[in-house]
Amino acid sequence: MKPAPFTHHLPGTVDEAAALLAAHAAEDARILAGGQSLVPTMAFRLARPAHLIDINGISGLDGIAQNADSMSIGALARHCDFHRPVDDGPLGALLAAVVRHIGHYPIRMRGTFCGSLAHADPASEWCLVAAALDARLTARSVRGEREIAASAFFEWAMTTALAEDELLVRAALPRLAPDTRWGFHEFARRAGDFALAMALALYRVEDGAIVEPRVGLGGVEAFPRRIPEAEAVLAGKAPGPDLFREAGAAVSDAADAMADSHASAEYRSEIAAVMVERALADAAR
Amino acid sequence: MTAPREVSFTVNGAAHTVRVEPRKTLADTIREDCGLTGTHLGCEHGVCGACTILLDGAPVRSCLMFAVQAEGAAIRTVEGLAEGDRLHPLQQAFIDRHALQCGFCTPGFLMLAAGVLEREPDIDEDGLREALASNLCRCTGYLNILDAVRDARAAMRAGPG
Repeated sequence: MKPAPFTHHLPGTVDEAAALLAAHAAEDARILAGGQSLVPTMAFRLARPAHLIDINGISGLDGIAQNADSMSIGALARHCDFHRPVDDGPLGALLAAVVRHIGHYPIRMRGTFCGSLAHADPASEWCLVAAALDARLTARSVRGEREIAASAFFEWAMTTALAEDELLVRAALPRLAPDTRWGFHEFARRAGDFALAMALALYRVEDGAIVEPRVGLGGVEAFPRRIPEAEAVLAGKAPGPDLFREAGAAVSDAADAMADSHASAEYRSEIAAVMVERALADAAR
Repeated sequence: MTAPREVSFTVNGAAHTVRVEPRKTLADTIREDCGLTGTHLGCEHGVCGACTILLDGAPVRSCLMFAVQAEGAAIRTVEGLAEGDRLHPLQQAFIDRHALQCGFCTPGFLMLAAGVLEREPDIDEDGLREALASNLCRCTGYLNILDAVRDARAAMRAGPG
């Protein structure tokens, strides 16, 4: 199918984009960044926005900046910008490993980090990264800028805290301590498919015990989030296979798994446990 | 503003100015307005990769872009791979390795591989397999395509002979 007619706007600045959003929000205006999720939904006519506000002409939005305590990712930073580690620490390596699971190579040439967050697919790898790392997300509108914590940003599948006149201008990920250990695992039926379950685990080890554990779960519930029950299992204990299995089981118990044509809730929940176990084991290597 | 608008870009080095509705995809524009039908459309929603082209050097799905987004872009399609009668190393390798059968997916695979090898000439085996998993082939299968792209990788590294 072909997309329905729309008006194409090409603002030159973020202020212009915000003004266009404010003017047309009531008529279903959408931001067009990479378009790798939006355009297919338009082709199916699941989405029929009357206005597309194309931010690709705005300069300065494509940056990835290293700040003292965070990495700031602009609205036009594309998936492929993370193919090579963006820094020498664990965060750059983590993002470079995760990005290989996003769609396919040509999709990664166009799709954007912030666009994935705004789209909020339950199986989005970047949404899981944002949730697991407690990213801080900056929304802009004609009313000004506000910062939203990742834990408050994802509200449901394809639903975020962004108001209809707000655009996501950047995401900030916290810098990770150099000794941070991390692991990521996902299960998808085919290369590039949406994952049925994915897990991102991070922790540090002090005096043989796990400190600051983070266990993020994606693709299982309506939106990715940290699972505190699993983190409680890990905190203060010595890393090892039995502990990781216990943490996986805690995720399985805590998760309110989705059921769809691809997998039952029970199956998803079981895969979730294994993904968490494997992510933790990778972190321990 | 949903009315046709003028857009200018180059395809394989030749300048094109077309009048298109904003909703017209770049893939349809290349085929219908530029008259270059080597770029194929399979799924029209970004899954099959038959419409893969190079946009300013990057392999992208031309069905997932609107033509109005290509203002000023340098586009390359399968028609631009050969230099006169001299086939591109990828095209020759696809023949030598029997990497096509019906041929529908071939332009997409050629442009995908051209983009990947130009961007990453030293791409390793895992990277190559992962990149080629982007596109669908429903008759030949993938091993001959992989063999062909490996040959082309070697030929392209060696430079024009």
